[in-house]
Amino acid sequence: MRTSLGRITSPAAALTLAGAMVALGLTACAAEPDPDTVTVLNSATDTAEHEANQDFFDRCAEPLGLKVEQISVPADQVASKALRMASSDSLPDILELDGSELPQFAETGGLRPLADVGLDTSEFSDSSRLLGSFDGTEYGVARSVNSLALIYNKDMLADAGLEPPTTWDELRTTAAALTQGDTYGMAFSAGPNADGVYQFLPFFWSAGADEAHLDDNAGVAALQLWKDLVEDGSASRSVVNWNQQDVNDQFIAGRAAMMINGPWQVPVLSAQDDVDWAVASIPVPEAGQDPVPPIGGTVMTVPKNDDHPEREDNAGRILECLNSADNQLAWGERVNNVPTRADAAQAYREANPELAPFADLVETARSRTAQVGTRWPVIQDALAGAFQSVLTGRSSPEDALGSAQRQATAGE
Amino acid sequence: MTTTTPPARTTAARETRPRRGSGRRRLYQWLFVAPALVYLLAFFGYPLVRNVLMSFQEFTPTTYFTGESPFNGLENWRRVFDNELFGDALWQTILFTVGSLVGQFAIGLGLAVFFSRRFHLSGVIRAVLLLPWLVPMVVSAVVWRRIMDQDHGILNSFLETLHLSQDGVSWLSSPSVALLSAILVNIWIGIPFNMVILYGGLQEIPRELYEAASLDGASPWRTFRSITLPMLRPVVTVVLVLGFMSTIKILDLILALTGGGPADSTQTLGTLTYQLSFMQLDFGQGAVVGNVLILISAVFAVLYLRVNRADTVKGK
Repeated sequence: MRTSLGRITSPAAALTLAGAMVALGLTACAAEPDPDTVTVLNSATDTAEHEANQDFFDRCAEPLGLKVEQISVPADQVASKALRMASSDSLPDILELDGSELPQFAETGGLRPLADVGLDTSEFSDSSRLLGSFDGTEYGVARSVNSLALIYNKDMLADAGLEPPTTWDELRTTAAALTQGDTYGMAFSAGPNADGVYQFLPFFWSAGADEAHLDDNAGVAALQLWKDLVEDGSASRSVVNWNQQDVNDQFIAGRAAMMINGPWQVPVLSAQDDVDWAVASIPVPEAGQDPVPPIGGTVMTVPKNDDHPEREDNAGRILECLNSADNQLAWGERVNNVPTRADAAQAYREANPELAPFADLVETARSRTAQVGTRWPVIQDALAGAFQSVLTGRSSPEDALGSAQRQATAGE
Repeated sequence: MTTTTPPARTTAARETRPRRGSGRRRLYQWLFVAPALVYLLAFFGYPLVRNVLMSFQEFTPTTYFTGESPFNGLENWRRVFDNELFGDALWQTILFTVGSLVGQFAIGLGLAVFFSRRFHLSGVIRAVLLLPWLVPMVVSAVVWRRIMDQDHGILNSFLETLHLSQDGVSWLSSPSVALLSAILVNIWIGIPFNMVILYGGLQEIPRELYEAASLDGASPWRTFRSITLPMLRPVVTVVLVLGFMSTIKILDLILALTGGGPADSTQTLGTLTYQLSFMQLDFGQGAVVGNVLILISAVFAVLYLRVNRADTVKGK
């Protein structure tokens, strides 16, 4: 999950539309690439992230006598960049997509199933395998995955003599008790985009709701909980404008005692001297239930390259090495995400007890696209519309879910 | 013999020379026009035709891999018009465009008239007023997002200090206010452009007219209505048409300010195209909305050309 601000950089293109993209793509035919170089398209535009990636690529490529070259574009542009490259037959050897984007690429038939490039994922967690699957076939491998948890300000809870909430009722009372002056008890992102939906899903799914049948009324309770938090004054009315980055900013500024967020905020949080924070599991409707958060992260795929099968093999060998237990663990610790191999995840949990809740949550986490596949983007928009119209008082939870379902299935 | 040939030659010459000359001249004319024409065809004609075609095709990620984009008739159009969001977005686009244009123009004109009188520091203040123009749209939007924050935004603190509001206005978090907020921000962004062009137009109006008016004892309002406005008319049309073209397809401002929310209250045709094409990767449906936008713009462009031609014919 990225902040939604990243999405703004490309928009002018929207009106020129993809017709121009095809035209530009055709002229961008690259020269025959070096056979010993494996190219990767990913979203590691941040220097530190880019270098971390390169470290791991080099570590794997050198023993194989290969080199790895990264092409990095902002996360929201990976898909359109990859499409342009596809139309000019110049896709990289490894394409790293967000898990939620995988189905649309797998559906094209342009990706090679992992089994065909010799990658064995039997040791990987089920949730991570689902993240990289489309229609029962695995196309993408996730080195590490993430999810959401409740991050809280230890001092604020200790001062109020409170424990982190484990159920929805406790969440409401704890958030209300922590709301004082400039500080809200709770912060979450309810923005009209992927960030907001990602944060809504743990509540939606834990309530027993289903993305394929939005209007089966199981989701009403989740919408009601969010609405209550805002109406109680325990969460700001501005949550409808916040992305996950904004939520983190509020937390760091001391304007929120608890927040829903993911492990990608850990570096920023750790760099703060003023805020003593800890991670807890996401509260569930009733005590004893398992939380069902969404699983997130990127998956590495191998685009088909019929003219140069040896390039596919090289990519497969690199992927295999990147996903060794040691490399997964080292990578997971580097990016604060949970390794996907069971053994590596266990080692990660022991080495990073403060982030263990994330490791536990990943076990029960659910893939956004496993059920609905390529329809996810439409359903995501419909869900965002639902919680936004409930939070702003435009409609009741029941009506909102009904119209979300209509929107999700319109024109089918 | 000698008497008949010269006239024959001259008539022949008279017939061929102009013809050959005009042919060559026409060739030259075309040669001069050709680069512009090629440019227009390549960068406007081609995408335009593609976009129209695309709206009748099933154009998805698969198309990029296989090159196949089967025609599906009016399917994309039906889906877009079935989408409840489309009607809302169309209506909000109209509100946003009209609201922005009226605001930008009225304030821009007021400032232009104000600064057309020379006074101390007017140059400096005018330069400061240009700032919104220089700031990238996305930066403006992000800054305004902070200014308009309900809890900690400076705008609400200001209103509270003046006792104009108690709980703070939900500038961006209430569906009934968010579109107005977006319009206000866009007005702020558009004022400098309107002011500069109108100020330029005002400088073109001969001083003698104002002198004559004051000799005739015309009131300031009468002077403004009878001299300034009519003389400014061509510039006004340019400002409004250009403003219209850039406002109707607005995208970056809204994406950065509200992301189209809350509850889709700030979705416009621009954001809808973006969402359909680049978030849902349904380029066919995205093209439909794009075509609607192009169509609306084209109607206004034609109106503008007609008004302009009428003006030139009348010798204005």
